Amino acid sequence: MNTKKFLTTFYIGLLLLLLTACGSANNDTTEENQTETENKSEEQAEQSAEVKDLILSTTTSTQDSGLLDVLIPIFEEQHPYNVKPIAVGTGQALEMSVNGEADVLLTHAPASEQVLVDAGDVINYKRVMYNDFIIVGPSSDPAGIKGLEVVEAFQKVFDSSAAFASRGDDSGTHKKELGIWESLNITPSENEAYLETGQGMGNTLQLAAEKQAYLLTDRATYLAQADNLADMEIVVEGDEALLNIYHVMQVNPDKSDIINSAGAEAFVEFMISDEIQSIIEEFGKEEYGQPLFFPYSE
Amino acid sequence: MDLLLEGLLRALEMIASGDPEILEITWRTLRVSLTAVLISTFVGIPLGILFGLKRFPGRKILLVIINILMGLPPVVAGLWITILLWRSGPLGHLALLFTPTAIVMAQVLVSLPIIIGLTSSAFQQIDEKMILQIKSLGATKLQSLLILLNETRVSILAAIIAGFGRVIAEVGAAMMVGGNIRGETRILTTSIVMEVSKGNFDIAFALSFIIMTITFLITFCLTFLQQRSRKV
Repeated sequence: MNTKKFLTTFYIGLLLLLLTACGSANNDTTEENQTETENKSEEQAEQSAEVKDLILSTTTSTQDSGLLDVLIPIFEEQHPYNVKPIAVGTGQALEMSVNGEADVLLTHAPASEQVLVDAGDVINYKRVMYNDFIIVGPSSDPAGIKGLEVVEAFQKVFDSSAAFASRGDDSGTHKKELGIWESLNITPSENEAYLETGQGMGNTLQLAAEKQAYLLTDRATYLAQADNLADMEIVVEGDEALLNIYHVMQVNPDKSDIINSAGAEAFVEFMISDEIQSIIEEFGKEEYGQPLFFPYSE
Repeated sequence: MDLLLEGLLRALEMIASGDPEILEITWRTLRVSLTAVLISTFVGIPLGILFGLKRFPGRKILLVIINILMGLPPVVAGLWITILLWRSGPLGHLALLFTPTAIVMAQVLVSLPIIIGLTSSAFQQIDEKMILQIKSLGATKLQSLLILLNETRVSILAAIIAGFGRVIAEVGAAMMVGGNIRGETRILTTSIVMEVSKGNFDIAFALSFIIMTITFLITFCLTFLQQRSRKV
């Protein structure tokens, strides 16, 4: 019996501690902790409705290049929303829309996006910007693909069993790469030197540099990292097949009433506004000598 | 070697210049980890005592489960919490995913079993005769509990230190349930992962010194408490 009393005392202590420990935490954390322990979930639901978070599900390239760090503060200044960017591979980003886990998406896999548009998972689908994919490889160019067309270059890498690093994570870049292999009717994994990292673009670039492998990357991430990559250079670029187009879209608000559709709509409008389009055009020019993204709204 | 020196200098520079973002991330890391350890401690120790001293049906099975959970991979904890907190999940209406609270939940999930498990084994090692002796001297239940707690202090603090180590080192779950959002859920471990993926090894390295420093300070204090000579 005494153990029981002891336990009760401890739980009361725990509650008090929660209150004090989280006293310094931001308001909603504290509230959430308390209400959770006290089981006042209704009150909580009302509160989270006031917070107006906007979950932006996006790709690693927009975060790793630093573009989001520039755009989000501007958006938050103009609109009463708190943007929560979740930078994941495009595969996961798109999947988050299917379950209504995100409010708005910024991704770069047009073919997969079209599937969601057709299924009605996303609405208000707008083109925002583009940059291009490039093939980066060792300066020594062991497969001799410098300056070739993309398709020929891939074929030659495969034929010469040259090392090739793939994202392997269902991201937009990975989808693009698989599309090229598919158009050649090649199963890339038959090449023994084909590596799948399952990681983001930055990590894959570093791995490719270590292993002296070729890889398909978006230009923005490569430029942002080029200084760290020893003996690597752009070997194929400027091919029209390598255009990397980003779209913004809002998740269909019919999926759940938690979805912040007003915020999502505002974000879509924001991304295609003239003001932001010109900011995108200027982004990175100073640091890298060339823009990382090009405005491309309809 | 250069990287090591560079990182160390960068870390000192970041701390000395009081970079507000670094301070904020460090402060958030401390707040989140300590909250998680506090919760795990205040829930885990009573439960550990209960499992260690009392005999009740199903106790062994519970101990097996706790011992399994002591090895729960943080990403698994993260995945479970994510599914629980999804908008379409059972706790979706609380809008807790991608908040520091979600990170605390995941960290409690990985540290609580360690604290329960280690506390209960400490209490199981107490000699039955000693418990009898305390009783025969006429101690009240509360008094005997305090004596036993004092007796097992070294092990209990070891449990808290192990729990803290688990929580401060944790990255997989924090990334998954927190989302590494700048200014909201970015903590030291997730920033290290992000800086590495950005190729900013010097910053990542500097952050690693900061996290090691706070880990050292906290573990030092706890160890000091643990090793303090016993007052009878």
